[in-house]
Amino acid sequence: MIYREAGQFKASYAADSAIFPIRQDRIGIAIILALAFVVVPLTATPYLFSAILIPFLILSLAALGLNILTGYAGQVSLGTAAFMAVGAFASYNFMLRVPNMPILLAFVGGGLMAAFVGILFGLPSLRIRGFYLAVATLAAQFFILWVLTKVGWITNYSSSGVITAQRVVILGYPFSTPAAKYLLVLSIVAVMALAAKNMARGNVGRSWMAVRDMDVAAEVIGIRLMRAKLLAFAVSSFYCGVAGALYAYAYLGTVEPEAYSLDLSFRILFMVIVGGVGSVLGSFLGSAFITLLPVLLSVSVRFLDASLDLHIAESTISNLELMVFGGLIIFFLIVEPHGLARLWQIAKEKLRLWPFPH
Amino acid sequence: MSFFFEVLIGGLLSGIMYSLVALGFVLIYKASGVFNYAQGALVFFAALTFVGLLELKLPFWLALPATLAVMIVLAVVIERVILRPLVNQPQITLFMATIGLSFFIEGLAQMMWGANVRGLDLGLQDEPIQWISDTTGMNISKFDLAAAGVAAVLVAVLAIFFNRTRIGRALRAVADDHQAALAVGIPLRQIWTIVWGVAGAVALVAGLLWGARNGVQYALTFVALKALPVLILGGFESVPGAIVGGLIIGASEKLAEVYIGPYVGGGIEGWFPYVLALVFLLVRPEGLFGEKIIRRI
Amino acid sequence: MATGARRIGETILKLEDISLSFGGVKALTDISFDVREHEVRAIIGPNGAGKSSMLNVINGVYRPQRGAITFRGGVRRDMNTHDAAAHGIARTFQNIALFKSMSVLDNVMTGRNLKMKASFLEQALWIGRARREEYEQREKVEAVIDFLEIQHIRKTPVGRLPYGLQKRVELARALAAEPTLLLLDEPMAGMNVEEKQDMCRFILDVNEQYGTTIVLIEHDMGVVMDISDRVVVLDYGKKIGDGTPEEVRADRAVIDAYLGVAH
Repeated sequence: MIYREAGQFKASYAADSAIFPIRQDRIGIAIILALAFVVVPLTATPYLFSAILIPFLILSLAALGLNILTGYAGQVSLGTAAFMAVGAFASYNFMLRVPNMPILLAFVGGGLMAAFVGILFGLPSLRIRGFYLAVATLAAQFFILWVLTKVGWITNYSSSGVITAQRVVILGYPFSTPAAKYLLVLSIVAVMALAAKNMARGNVGRSWMAVRDMDVAAEVIGIRLMRAKLLAFAVSSFYCGVAGALYAYAYLGTVEPEAYSLDLSFRILFMVIVGGVGSVLGSFLGSAFITLLPVLLSVSVRFLDASLDLHIAESTISNLELMVFGGLIIFFLIVEPHGLARLWQIAKEKLRLWPFPH
Repeated sequence: MSFFFEVLIGGLLSGIMYSLVALGFVLIYKASGVFNYAQGALVFFAALTFVGLLELKLPFWLALPATLAVMIVLAVVIERVILRPLVNQPQITLFMATIGLSFFIEGLAQMMWGANVRGLDLGLQDEPIQWISDTTGMNISKFDLAAAGVAAVLVAVLAIFFNRTRIGRALRAVADDHQAALAVGIPLRQIWTIVWGVAGAVALVAGLLWGARNGVQYALTFVALKALPVLILGGFESVPGAIVGGLIIGASEKLAEVYIGPYVGGGIEGWFPYVLALVFLLVRPEGLFGEKIIRRI
Repeated sequence: MATGARRIGETILKLEDISLSFGGVKALTDISFDVREHEVRAIIGPNGAGKSSMLNVINGVYRPQRGAITFRGGVRRDMNTHDAAAHGIARTFQNIALFKSMSVLDNVMTGRNLKMKASFLEQALWIGRARREEYEQREKVEAVIDFLEIQHIRKTPVGRLPYGLQKRVELARALAAEPTLLLLDEPMAGMNVEEKQDMCRFILDVNEQYGTTIVLIEHDMGVVMDISDRVVVLDYGKKIGDGTPEEVRADRAVIDAYLGVAH
């Protein structure tokens, strides 16, 4: 009932291919944006910003990047964190070596550098596919991190390998409070998500999906495979690079290789699986799920511990987290392989009728 | 010159250790078409369970079959909970399920037995064999040689199993096409339970050897990651390929570290096998022993 | 008997001494024939004769070891798929090569990808040229959808459609490219009588209204006799007949091949 589309006629192709063609969706997104941009900054605590909202947004961006590569273009990648690292370190070097470099431009530069590296490591995809490509991306993950650790010039010969990120100052205004950082990250992520959605519904998105579904047929209708695949790697790595830069500048405060480990690559992959492969919404849903899960878990375990006096050890909690993660991945793959995004779609379908039975 | 051979042989022998882990992968892939990312976790779990049982004062010759039994139970559970609901799903879905499985098993193992590093004594010392070092000046470890022997026996047994027995043939049929195998009456569920059980046993052997060498610790799970380049070189479906691939990876890794490492600051063992595999893939996408994939349109 | 409302023009495609082998297997041996503009040319023959391979050679999926292809005057040793598409050759496949997860509309839109020039950056920003192109091409695609009467399923994911409709969608995708030469690989396979009649009507309409030259592989002899202007007969990778449907039907070698006389 709530979600009925009856009476909403689209009189032009523009209206039909709009991102939110249904009025209820438009209202919904307006509410969410209002909440995100206005209500949250005024009401949330610094802890909420720094520990939950900011990493959620940044990793959504990275998940978006991985989704472009794996979800839309069908090229499996286990090296997401490495491309994020490239973005972070490149931005750092831009800020360090270019006088009066605007930080937003440094982020873009980081993204471009990551895109370039992404194209390099994407070249094998022209010959290799499936699992083999996944293993090749592991090569990227290990090799890139090794380079970032060993090559002194990149870390400005820092002895500890951990560099403090420069302060974020845009047009003279310092973004130092958690709320300010949150707004900055939110704006960047919102714009890039919009761009991703536009690409997905345009010709480039269709070309990617064609390559994913049947690349031989895609070739026959005139799509250039090399161009499509390398473009996917480039755009995806750009997104991951910007996410990596934000991860360093707006979340960690430091630029270090260890933060971009294989573990992070897997976390982002899980976000894409749980959220829904090939879906912009799915990237956000998956990121929210994976970011919130450890928090929820430790809160509830601590609560049980306190109320039932169980004396549960710290290590047990982290092991439990591993088990729950693993179990949930399996659960999702069995029950709904298309992830939370599909569950959301099904819910909307049900809402067309609810509360009526049929 | 003898130094070169020492490094080479050391590398070859450590390569055998990788092959042992890769064998588990090959078994499961050959028989069910599933790429089991959780093989490393199984190695870790097996080793940890064995050591845990020893700490509970179980004698060695009881702990071994007990651990084997645990691995078989695990195989049954995995078949029931993961493989059955996901039958006929695309390969990538099953692969991601095994990633989830690996996380689960790692958490479970550490929760059951704790996360302390433990040593494992199999009665073999990691010492150079006296008469070899006396005659040729090379240090070759007793332990490594014994491990190579074990691996050789294991490979021979598995090769006979796959190629000469009826069950082996059934396994190969299942790997090719689940539906077709079902259609000719091959009991899929039993087959899978058997295969994962055997893979569990292989994981146990690998776990014991690796654990004795490096200590039983969480880092054992990363050995599985090293097995991936081995599989790429050897092909995912070939038992001899896993051995040859392991030898190549082991040898090249050590040689690269010793001869190229000093010029670039060391630590290249971490990525060298992967880059090697990558280069190899570009030249021969299906591996040394793999079958060429022909796609018809 | 083909309808006579079009004028059949000059040779648009010429194949000379095409030989193709895979490893030791000879798929095609010294095949030569031509196709004239605006005609409907059928390729027939028993299973395994090499018909699909022939089509694959024409649009560049396979490269022949020997022989030359001349398309619209340009001589090529072989054709690559991108060039073929760019020069106006489109095709459908025996086993349906649609993009299963995408909707009908999106699948047909991919057929127009060569006409869309906006860069990915313009598409990301959804401005100017990218936006205009998307709507312009959508209009063209809707025309094709109307023509093949699949409006009611335009938003359905293709994987969910029954076989007959999938074949129609594949035809739509090929037509969306506005091809000069259309290659159809068993377009009526697996269809019942009604569906076949519909498909025949569509094919003839395409040929008459747009003047598209058509080369089709087909097993149904009734269809072949009815709609084609000329026929090529293949058997074991060699050409054993070439002419009008009546000529070919009466040819001794062709009859023998179909009846399985040892040769």
